[in-house]
Amino acid sequence: MRALVPVAVLLAIALPAAAREEWRGRLAAEFWGFAHSGLDPVQHRGDASLAVQPEYLARSRDGHQSLTFAGFYRWDQRDRQRTHGDLRELLWLYAGQGYELRAGIGKVFWGVTETQHLVDVVNQIDLVENPDRKERLGQPMLGATLLTGSGNLEFYLLPYFRERTFPGAEGRLRSVPRVDTGQAARYESPRGARHLDAAARWTRTLGAWDLGLSYFRGTDREPRLAPGLDAGGQPVLVPDYRQLRQLGVETQATLERWQWKLEAVRRAERGASSHAATAGFEITLPGLLGGPSDLGLLAEYLYDSRGRAAFTPYQDDAMLGLRWTANDGPGTQLLATIVIDRRSSERAFSLEASRRLGANLAASLEARAFSARAPDEFLYSLRRDDTAQLKLTYYF
Amino acid sequence: MSRGVSGPSARRRGSRAVNALTLALAVCAPLVPAAAASPDAARGLAIAREMKARDRGFGNFTATMTMRLIDAGGGERLRQLRTRTLEGAEGGDKLLAVFDAPADVRGTAFLSHTRRDRADDQWLYLPALKRVKRIVPANRTSPFMGSEFSYEDLASAEPEKFRHAYLDDEAVEGTPSFVVERAPLDDESAYSRERLWIDQARYVPLKIEYYDRRGAKLKTLVAREYRQYLGRYWRATEVRMDNHQSGKSTLLRWSEFRFRQPLNEQDFLPASMARAR
Repeated sequence: MRALVPVAVLLAIALPAAAREEWRGRLAAEFWGFAHSGLDPVQHRGDASLAVQPEYLARSRDGHQSLTFAGFYRWDQRDRQRTHGDLRELLWLYAGQGYELRAGIGKVFWGVTETQHLVDVVNQIDLVENPDRKERLGQPMLGATLLTGSGNLEFYLLPYFRERTFPGAEGRLRSVPRVDTGQAARYESPRGARHLDAAARWTRTLGAWDLGLSYFRGTDREPRLAPGLDAGGQPVLVPDYRQLRQLGVETQATLERWQWKLEAVRRAERGASSHAATAGFEITLPGLLGGPSDLGLLAEYLYDSRGRAAFTPYQDDAMLGLRWTANDGPGTQLLATIVIDRRSSERAFSLEASRRLGANLAASLEARAFSARAPDEFLYSLRRDDTAQLKLTYYF
Repeated sequence: MSRGVSGPSARRRGSRAVNALTLALAVCAPLVPAAAASPDAARGLAIAREMKARDRGFGNFTATMTMRLIDAGGGERLRQLRTRTLEGAEGGDKLLAVFDAPADVRGTAFLSHTRRDRADDQWLYLPALKRVKRIVPANRTSPFMGSEFSYEDLASAEPEKFRHAYLDDEAVEGTPSFVVERAPLDDESAYSRERLWIDQARYVPLKIEYYDRRGAKLKTLVAREYRQYLGRYWRATEVRMDNHQSGKSTLLRWSEFRFRQPLNEQDFLPASMARAR
C-alpha cells in the first residue's frame, strides 16, 4: 500500500481540474444453494452474500489523463475467506501521441478463448469470487504501451505479488483438505511477494487475423499446493509460489460466421518445463431460431502437458458450449457449457444466464454440476458441490 | 453414406451450372439492349456519390445519442450513448460508441471500421472483464442493443457497397426528393434492396425503406430536423426506425454535435476502447 503514496501525490499534481468526474457503483446480492451436504461437515448447504463495488473516474480537461478507482468488498454469510475486500483499480493513465503510460493498481486482460485464459498472467485469480477463475484481483503495476501502425507493444513492471484467494473451511467449491491462506505462503524467491515481475506483449491485427505474443517473468500466479497442517493440527494445503518464465501466443481468425481461436503457452519453472494450449472455435448463427436472436456453438480442446500434476482440471479435455443471445430489450443471454475429460470420468457442466430487470437492476443465474469418480481426479473434491446461484445487481 | 457422397458433388455440379450462367450473362450483357436501364444505374450511383462528396471533409465529430426502444405494446426502454466518428481517408469511416445507460452496460464500447472492399471490422469492449471482443461479420443482421437498428444499419453507407438505380422524383413532406434504390452487394446482408428518398437540395436521406431477402418491406427509417454544422454538413436530430414485421420502433435523438475535435486514428483503435469511457 506504501506504493500508492507516490501515485496519489502524482495524481494530486496531474489532475488539478478534472473536466469530467463521476462516481458510480454497484451493489450485488447473491444466494447460493447446494444440492447435497458438503464433504466436510462444517460446510453449509446454503449461503447468502452481499458485494459492493464503488467506482470513480476523473478525466483531465485535455483528455490526456485519467484516474480510475474501483473498490470491492464482499460480506459472506458462511465463508470467512469469502468475506474479503480488494482494490480492483486505482490507476493513473496518460494517453500521449502513439503511447500510453499507466501507474497504480489495474487489471489487464489477455487472450481469446472461452474456457480458460492461459496467456492471461498479469492479474491473480480471485478464486473465492467464482470457481470459473475469471474474476481477478487488482495488480500493482507500471505500464507503457506503444501504439504503432504495425501493432501494439505493452510492457509492465509488477512490483508486488498478490496471493490467490481460496474458499475457507466453511466455504463450498473447494478442495478437501482446504487450502489454508491463513498461514504464510511459501515462495521460491527470497523476496517473496516483493519479487519484481515483468511482462510484455505484442499484438497485431492483420485483416481477419488477430495475433498476440507475450512473455512473463516472475512469480507464477498459480501455486503448487503442498500438504501441511493448520494451527489446530488439521491437514491442509499450503500455497507454494514458484518462479516462472512463460512465453504465450494467441491468435484468432474472424471469418464470416466462424471465429477460430488458439492460446498456447510454454512455461519454464525450476527443474521443469511444460506447455499447454486451448484451441477451438465459435460459430454464430444469427436468426437460426427465427426472430432476432443469435445462436452460437462453441467447441474447444484443452491440453496441459503436466497432466494430473497440473493445478487445473483441463489436461486433456473437450468443451462443448451453446450461447444464446436474445437481442431483446432486457438483453437476455445464456451460455451453457460442458467440459469432458477425455481420460477420466470428470465432467463439469455450467449454465450462466442473465437479464436486465430495469434501467438499474439486473439478474443472473449460474448453475454448476461436477462429476468425478476417482479420488485422484481434480474435480473429485467438488463431486457433492452441484450448485445454483441467483444474483441481483443494482447499479447506482 | 451414398447420400453424403452424392450431396456435395451434386451441389458442386449445381454451382458450376450457376457459374456458367453468370458468365454467360456477363458476356451477353453489353450486347443486350437493356442498356436502357444503365442511365438509371449511373444516375443512382451519381446521386449516392454526390451525397458522400457533399459530406466529405467533416474530419470528425462527437455526439450524444438517446435511443428509445418502443415495443408493440407501447412499452419503452432507454439507451444512452456517446459517439465519435472519424472520416476515413482511404477506407470508410470509423465509429466508436460508448454506453452510459442502461446501467449494466455502462462503459461498454462498440467500435466499427467501415471497409469498402469487405465486411466491416467491429469490436465490443466489456468493461467488467477489460476484454475487447471482435464481432463476427455474421452479426451484421443482428439488432444493436435490442433496437430496430442492426449492426449493418450503423455502418457508413459507402457507395461501393451497393448497386444503385435512380427511380423517380417524389416529395417527402413537401421536400422534393430523388427516389433511389440500392441493393447491397454483400450477399449476407439482411436486405435485398433499400429504397431511399434523398433531399434534392441538401443531398441527405429523408426516408429509407428496407426490404428483406424475400422482398417484403421490413423497416422504414425517417430522418428529421436536419441541422447544418460548419456551414456545410447536415446531421439529422431525430431518426425513427419502424419495424413493420414486429411492430416495434426505435427513436434516436441526437444532440451535442461537435465537429473537428482533437481526435485521430489512435482514438479509434480496439486498444483505445477502454479509455473511451
